[in-house]
Amino acid sequence: MPVPRTPLSRAPRHLHLAVALDGAGWHPAAWREPAARPAELFTARYWSDLVAEAEYGLLDFVTFEDSLSLQSTHPDGPDGRTDRVRGRLDAVLIAARVAPRTRYIGLVPTALVSHTEPFHLSKAVATLDHVSEGRAGVRVRVSARADEYAHVGRREQPTTAEELFAEARDYVEVLKRLWDSWEDDAEIRDVATGRFVDRAKLHYIDFEGAQFSVKGPSITPRPPQGLPPVAALAHDTLPYELVASCAEIGFVTPRDADDARAIVARVNDARSAAGRPDESVHVFGDLLVYLDDAPGAAADRRARLDERAGAAYVSDAPVFTGTPAELADLLQEGQEAGLTGFRLRPAALPHDLERITRGLVPELRRRGVFRTAYGADTLRGLLGLSRPASRYAAA
Amino acid sequence: MSKPVKQIHLAAHFPGVNNSTVWSDPAAGSQIDFSSFTHFARTAERAKFDFLFLAEGLRLREQNGEIYDLDVVGRPDTFTVLSALAAVTDKLGLAGTVNSTFNEPYEVARQFASLDHLSAGRAAWNVVTSWDEFTGQNFRRGGYLAQEDRYERAKQFLAAAWELFDSWHGDEIVADKESGLFLAHPDPGGFDHHVREFDISGHFNVPRGPQGRPVVFQAGDSDEGREFAASAADAIFTRHGTFESGQAFYADVKGRLARYGRSPDELKILPGVTFALGDTDADAREKAALIRRQQVSGQTAIRLLEQLWNRDLSSYDPDGPLPAEDPVPGENTVARGRASVRMHRDPLATAARWRGIAQAKNLSIRDLIIEVTGRQTFIGSPATVATALNDFVQADASDGFILTPHLTPGGLDEFADTVVPLLQERGVFRTEYEGDTLRDHLGLRKPAPAPAHAPATVSVSAGRTAAH
Repeated sequence: MPVPRTPLSRAPRHLHLAVALDGAGWHPAAWREPAARPAELFTARYWSDLVAEAEYGLLDFVTFEDSLSLQSTHPDGPDGRTDRVRGRLDAVLIAARVAPRTRYIGLVPTALVSHTEPFHLSKAVATLDHVSEGRAGVRVRVSARADEYAHVGRREQPTTAEELFAEARDYVEVLKRLWDSWEDDAEIRDVATGRFVDRAKLHYIDFEGAQFSVKGPSITPRPPQGLPPVAALAHDTLPYELVASCAEIGFVTPRDADDARAIVARVNDARSAAGRPDESVHVFGDLLVYLDDAPGAAADRRARLDERAGAAYVSDAPVFTGTPAELADLLQEGQEAGLTGFRLRPAALPHDLERITRGLVPELRRRGVFRTAYGADTLRGLLGLSRPASRYAAA
Repeated sequence: MSKPVKQIHLAAHFPGVNNSTVWSDPAAGSQIDFSSFTHFARTAERAKFDFLFLAEGLRLREQNGEIYDLDVVGRPDTFTVLSALAAVTDKLGLAGTVNSTFNEPYEVARQFASLDHLSAGRAAWNVVTSWDEFTGQNFRRGGYLAQEDRYERAKQFLAAAWELFDSWHGDEIVADKESGLFLAHPDPGGFDHHVREFDISGHFNVPRGPQGRPVVFQAGDSDEGREFAASAADAIFTRHGTFESGQAFYADVKGRLARYGRSPDELKILPGVTFALGDTDADAREKAALIRRQQVSGQTAIRLLEQLWNRDLSSYDPDGPLPAEDPVPGENTVARGRASVRMHRDPLATAARWRGIAQAKNLSIRDLIIEVTGRQTFIGSPATVATALNDFVQADASDGFILTPHLTPGGLDEFADTVVPLLQERGVFRTEYEGDTLRDHLGLRKPAPAPAHAPATVSVSAGRTAAH
């Protein structure tokens, strides 16, 4: 396969790279691999080590999966299986726990917007941004699982996907209004007048939506990034529109380069329709990866994992099996199709993560399409997004 | 036979959004930068404190219909900052106040269980309730909870969380690569909880934490609150910082434990207190007076007076006499989002008392407010304060203290450097941590998975009855 070349007149664009962390890896038998640490999944050290490895590879960010139910192969409840990882820790708290131990890498926990309070999540992500000095993001997820509704018990399951996604849009709007509700210079500490804040720079957000209303302002001062980036996984029109209308990063799952081109066009059209400027939304390709240096080794490992799991692992994302050079080819192809980056889901941890940081990253660097040092110390900075002023600030 | 010497428990309250936190001092640092939290937590850990404590408020305070701007404004999310602090400390307990009105049990239980895992057994939960619509305007739930239902919801919330914490027994995860068995049981975390406030069932998804359950604090002072604490809490954060009221409270609450099959050691009583230190007692008194003037600016004095008077007093001179008019009785409409106004139970009587003090001592508004509000609990040289703290505990006025310094982030440094070594010399405070978890520090047993006493059993069944 020919490697697409960029015109000589301009330097090749760097691509953005993230890793999706979940349990012992995305393959259900990953926890049985020789390097796996299944007994440590609920310890801080396990997560700190993984994120440190991702930071060693100069990746843009890591995401942390989350749910309000046990992992399951059934769509609506537990599956009773004893041969797979079950149980997980709160993703925001994992991100906060690793923040002081890292310095540059972005930290993007998953949050379920259908069950949580936007006021709580807004201040949690703002605080994650404070404790990480500008490296927080959040990936929002809607919930359609019956068990999650029964666990929370607050409401009936919405009947349509439209309702779920409309609520998600409202939710993200509230997150952002609350982050903006403190102007950057609201804290004045003016001893002469005895005032700690200038209350003219604190704003009620007065949000009224179909599912909730929120008064504001936030109790937490504006995050260092202003607005921490919001991300969402998107497989179809409704989530594409969610990404286009209010997220900074969409994770999409194209079958091939043509599909990628089509999805990017759909997201960009929706973004324009939403009145948002060019290059304000990243479209990342999601890819499940089995990565090994020796030709054929990744395929062998995948076969072994599938055999141990008793069935081939089927992912919602495209699956890559091969060497770092082959993966670099695929990523560049996707980049040519308009994807600005990739979120790689390691089949097994730490194995596939280390092949990304120690195999793929050097390969991309040789090709001049990946950073050789962190060039910014905020997540927005790494993503090439400027720091926005508060929407409430007087022009 | 002489009474055994008690060991003192010490905790540090991160300075909050009351006027007791002096932000105008040149030494005052950021209230939100993580470096301030790190400094404060590391000082507490260096001094071998039991835990760090964070308060919570879910709406910015208002007075006269405007955001209150004279005190510190703004604070972090409790869970998030405590989890980050777990990364910069090793032994210090991490206690957070989390409201039971504007949350759901499944989410809060998994946040505390997650924090307990991520801190290797150092999490504590100060359960509070709130009912005001003012705060509710920030939440899906809204604020409509009748005052008499507050404790009922808190009890039911805690009982639900308790069931979730106990839904994993601690022996489920085997993670045996060879046999391919990750779980010992196919159905971990099952729960089924149907009461008036919470109708939930399914499976909890966080395995049992290192402490079994996080340490539970209760902070109320009413008869109901005391009973609630006696039935279900591991520690009480009280406001009884004086010797006599401390002893009375201590005897009362400890006396209630037997009813729940608990021994007096199973509930620690920790008043929130303040301090001012100096090289000599005279120096300390001078410093205490200076801090009080910093805490009560002229503007602050007027605002605090308004909270009792329940009316706009902005036209008054803080250096002049008290208003001739009386407080407006009834619901406090001037100050919102503030717990302290509820302490003025009889505003007219309090105003009369304050007038008497002002006349007798010829005090201006500002002088009076300095006199009648929030004087430091312990004032003196390190030796004087160490003696007073120890006497307080040995005489059963408390089991220890939650100290609130007036400065962020360095307000604990002097106490750690001067008072703690004296307590250690006297053998009443640890010189090294003896255990790893907060339960270890507080001398509390790790609960067995099946609780010997389900909390608030009575009210849970009452809730069931009410639901039918």
